[in-house]
Amino acid sequence: MDVVAKPKFGKNFGSYVLLTILALIVLAPFFIGLWTSFLPTMQIAKGNFLSTDLSFQNYIDAFTQTPILHYLGNSLVISTVTMFAQLLFCSMSAYAFVFLDFKYKRALFVLVLATMMLPFEAEIIPNFSTVKAMGLLNSYSALVVPFLTSAFGIFMLRQSFKQMPVELKEAADIEGLGHLQFYWKIVMPYNRIPLITLGAYSFLGAWNQYLWPMLTTFSNAYRPVQNGLRQLQSEETFNDWGMIQATAAIVVIPTLVVLFVGQHYFKSGANEGAVK
Amino acid sequence: MSITLNDVRKDYDSQTAVLKNVSAKIETGEFFVIVGPSGCGKSTLLRMIAGLTPITAGEIKIDDTVVNDLPPKARKLTMVFQNYALFPFLSVWDNVAFGLKARKLATDDINARVKEALKMVNLTKLAKRKPRELSGGQRQRVALARAVASDAKICLMDEPLSNLDAQLRIKMRQEIYALQRKLGLTLIYVTHDQVEAMTMADHIMVLNDRHVQQIGTPSDIYQNPRNAFVAKFFGTPQINILPAKRSEENSHIVNVSSDLQIVLDEEAPSANLQIGIRPDDMQVKRADGVESNAVVKNTEFLGDETIVYATLNSGSDIHVVLPGKADFRSYEPIRVTANANLMFFDPDGKRIDLSKEAYVHA
Repeated sequence: MDVVAKPKFGKNFGSYVLLTILALIVLAPFFIGLWTSFLPTMQIAKGNFLSTDLSFQNYIDAFTQTPILHYLGNSLVISTVTMFAQLLFCSMSAYAFVFLDFKYKRALFVLVLATMMLPFEAEIIPNFSTVKAMGLLNSYSALVVPFLTSAFGIFMLRQSFKQMPVELKEAADIEGLGHLQFYWKIVMPYNRIPLITLGAYSFLGAWNQYLWPMLTTFSNAYRPVQNGLRQLQSEETFNDWGMIQATAAIVVIPTLVVLFVGQHYFKSGANEGAVK
Repeated sequence: MSITLNDVRKDYDSQTAVLKNVSAKIETGEFFVIVGPSGCGKSTLLRMIAGLTPITAGEIKIDDTVVNDLPPKARKLTMVFQNYALFPFLSVWDNVAFGLKARKLATDDINARVKEALKMVNLTKLAKRKPRELSGGQRQRVALARAVASDAKICLMDEPLSNLDAQLRIKMRQEIYALQRKLGLTLIYVTHDQVEAMTMADHIMVLNDRHVQQIGTPSDIYQNPRNAFVAKFFGTPQINILPAKRSEENSHIVNVSSDLQIVLDEEAPSANLQIGIRPDDMQVKRADGVESNAVVKNTEFLGDETIVYATLNSGSDIHVVLPGKADFRSYEPIRVTANANLMFFDPDGKRIDLSKEAYVHA
């Protein structure tokens, strides 16, 4: 029998203290933001951060006095469309790179990878010209079209498709499944964990976009939340900090939801049992 | 459905041949085992029959139809893989039904077939489980059920038992054999395990070094191996193969150094020979000094028999299986004799048939 040694609390005490302090430093802005979102702006302006005058008034104001709901709606549309588009197009490209044989497959894949080496900032001007030439400025399309697929997503899915046991493909061949059936009935469900990961990643990526929407949207009709948040700050002559904090807290909620839902699926061993 | 292989060949890189001149006829309802050491091309051959790997030259026929260019589906066969290839996201039931659904059978028919197949492999109670919630043996049974549920009459199995432990392997071996007989499947079974080949096969194909070494019934292959490789591959412990020379004075006499002398009723066919003696066709007795021709290295007691490992005075290692318990100490001098079932091979390992009985004298 193995005797599993219990971690000695005393020995690790120093590490725990250090980690706790670091965690507090990292989380402090978040907690301060959340705390102030419950304080009346007057108290914040006075610098009275320890006031106990807590209420949901800021949240009510955010919903009633600002277009935050509209921003949220915009972001939701943009992020959802981006996510599903990336899942579809990245998985299809990855499938082609793994399971199909065609000329210049390697060269094409290297080309796809090469786009990953370019920082997004370097692509902004050509992308802007393209979107403008297509007449898409200030529309949902401007915010979605450049992100319909991603080199990172293709790369990530290709890696996990490659790790599928060859026998699954052979079994599918024997049953006479075509590429489309194999892709949809076996590859997609088998790789649901990487797909969920990519989905969460692209959803959050789209949700948290700032620079690109700032350049391509000019009206509240299409402005996503991050830019809307910035808008709240400059639109008012007097910055209603309590309400801005409340809005920021609302904006963070979908991120947390995605992370928690995602986490549920990141349990290991979900694909165990396919092959021994 | 019968399968015919005509001079099948497989090359990789247009130069290196993996398999050459493979010809065989597999009858309807036959249990055909392809056996050979790892890397001999047996899995490749199976995949060529399945249509997963194209063949370079030759002809594969199923029931008189040449299937060289037919896709796997059109060959109407099923395959059981070494690592099962189950779909982890589907339940046992759906795994078994998958192929039937892909072939667009009627729902009633699918349900009936899956139910019957699961019953046959004793998995009815586990139909709702996912593969990860099953033990290795149960997963293997799901893979079998898939083959059972299909209406294809040809089943290919690629080392289906090599991931199971020894006890389970014996049990599954019997189950596979029983299923094959019950369903009348034409079964092609690839394995590296000579015991599986011997116990289940109607006919065995021995593959090695890119060539078919021999095709025959288990007893034929054991008793009449066509070459030294086949002789060595079947039987545990392995056959003893000893180098021998024809005596210069008397061409009826063959000597294994000075240790064993064989007197033949006819002239020895060549100056250099190899002699094969099965370990249980040899006898050992204690001897001392000039009488002895070998020294014991060690013994293994297996309950019903004892294996004696010894070294002949000339340096060749031999092993002898004796019935019951035999007491020999290490370094004890012994005298080894043999008097029946000798096989003769030429220096390249090819079998030489002698028309008459031979006798051995120490």
